[in-house]
Amino acid sequence: MDWDIVIGIETHVQLKTQSKQFSAASIAYGAEPNSQACLVSLAYPGVLPVLNKEAVKCAIRFGLATDAAIAIRSVFARKNYFYPDLPKGYQISQYELPIVNHGKLTIKVGDEDKVVRILRAHLEEDAGKSVHGVSQGKSGIDLNRAGTPLLEIVTEPDMSSADEAVAYAKKLHELVQWIGICDGNMQEGSFRCDVNVSVKKKGTDKLGTRREIKNLNSFKFIKQAIDYEVNWQIETLEDGGTIEQSTILFNPDTGETRAMRTKEEANDYRYFPDPDLLPLDVNDDMINEIKSTMTELPAEVSQNLQKNLGLSEYDANEITADRAVTDFFMQVVEKGASAKITANWILGNLYSRLNESNVEIQNCPISIDALANLIKRIDDSTISNNAAKKVFDRMWQDNQLTVDAIIDDLGLKQISDSGEIESLVQQVVDSNASMVEEFKSGKDKAFNALVGQVMKLSKGKANPSQVSDILRKKIS
Amino acid sequence: MSLNQADLKKIAHLARINVSEEETKVLEEKLQGIMSLIDQMQNVDTDNVEPMSHAIEVSQPLREDIIKETDIRKDSLPLASEVQDSLFVVPQVIE
Repeated sequence: MDWDIVIGIETHVQLKTQSKQFSAASIAYGAEPNSQACLVSLAYPGVLPVLNKEAVKCAIRFGLATDAAIAIRSVFARKNYFYPDLPKGYQISQYELPIVNHGKLTIKVGDEDKVVRILRAHLEEDAGKSVHGVSQGKSGIDLNRAGTPLLEIVTEPDMSSADEAVAYAKKLHELVQWIGICDGNMQEGSFRCDVNVSVKKKGTDKLGTRREIKNLNSFKFIKQAIDYEVNWQIETLEDGGTIEQSTILFNPDTGETRAMRTKEEANDYRYFPDPDLLPLDVNDDMINEIKSTMTELPAEVSQNLQKNLGLSEYDANEITADRAVTDFFMQVVEKGASAKITANWILGNLYSRLNESNVEIQNCPISIDALANLIKRIDDSTISNNAAKKVFDRMWQDNQLTVDAIIDDLGLKQISDSGEIESLVQQVVDSNASMVEEFKSGKDKAFNALVGQVMKLSKGKANPSQVSDILRKKIS
Repeated sequence: MSLNQADLKKIAHLARINVSEEETKVLEEKLQGIMSLIDQMQNVDTDNVEPMSHAIEVSQPLREDIIKETDIRKDSLPLASEVQDSLFVVPQVIE
């Protein structure tokens, strides 16, 4: 039997603020346990939450970036449950009236564009952290994270494969960083996905029962977890079993999913409006002010790079996947370097070197000017692409050296003087008579071998396309 | 809308309130009264009335995003029944 897969994603995005959602305590990562647990985080009686303006702005920015409706009035609610990392006994969230409604995000799957509808995005606070096994039968509680501002972004069940789900998660991850509302650090939990998965018989409308895979913090895990879960659900149904709605965990070590909460009442949160918080009113002035500070979104920038600078769609999308990379790219191009060669170099050599050395592009040891000069030397045929790699290696080690000094020092200057190349070609033709014969009798391979000989004779410095032209004229 | 013993026990459990059998009977009666009050309210036509989420007609003031709180562990930690390495220690919560 054939099955359709139905996936919806809820993403918890940690907002890039200084202080907590409802109190003036720091949210910096990695502080000593409980050193950032103020009285509000500790849920002392009599304290009152006061909403962080910056978090509200972040939510509005997200709404604008996804073409959503910003609610002029939204309301905070209490989501009630008991857990030691939540000392109030409730999480403050938005329930019936969230701040962002009905947005959309376009993803690319293969060659197809697909729109994923965003049902809503609401402001809420994070819980604290439990440290298990501090001693036999005990857990430790760190409330530094309690109250950290989150935006929970909820999609419609619009994705129909693990690949689409990953494409959406990646796109969203790029966007929230691009618009500056999240640092995107998945290891530190700044971007976590809950993935709802169900299957239904192909072509039918009735949705199957869904299971929610909690807290996936890498794209790889999202893919693995969905693949495993989909197989499990299909097998269960084909064996005549039924799926129970449940919350499940993914174990990265085994690649399996397992049910987490069995008691159904665990999901009975008894939401009600939080009397400690007044309705949140957002006016047009505030929205317009935020709008005026927003720059072009990645999709628009990518379009411009293709249209105005002639980049391929792939290169343009890769460059605009990261705002810092886009900025770097634009600055190199503004120095007069060819856009196409710059894109190739950033996505190729520069990327792999940054990755190897675990360096962010903002801290790239090679300056914008130096890279632009290197690319100009490739573009004007002073050096070959291969020689440029050697120059690049040298610049990476010593950023005081100029491109031209390195080219001179390493003797990499390409021979583009046609007289000089002609004499090299002649030498090779004279000493490889049999290969020339092979070429004349129709073996194209022999031609490449002859070019190789010329390159070798020139110690790699001859301009390969000139060599090819001159050789062809000579022996054809 | 009515409320039976099972509902009541479930609500008590969710709220982590220990309710004895005797108290259940009294509470059932009282809560039933509240439920019928709600039923009465449900009958009011509110089609053209904007939903109210708070008793006072003011909106939420916003706080500038500035850190003002300091480390209060020397006051907060000693109040806990057990502390280890600056963590509050509770019975194991892993499922």
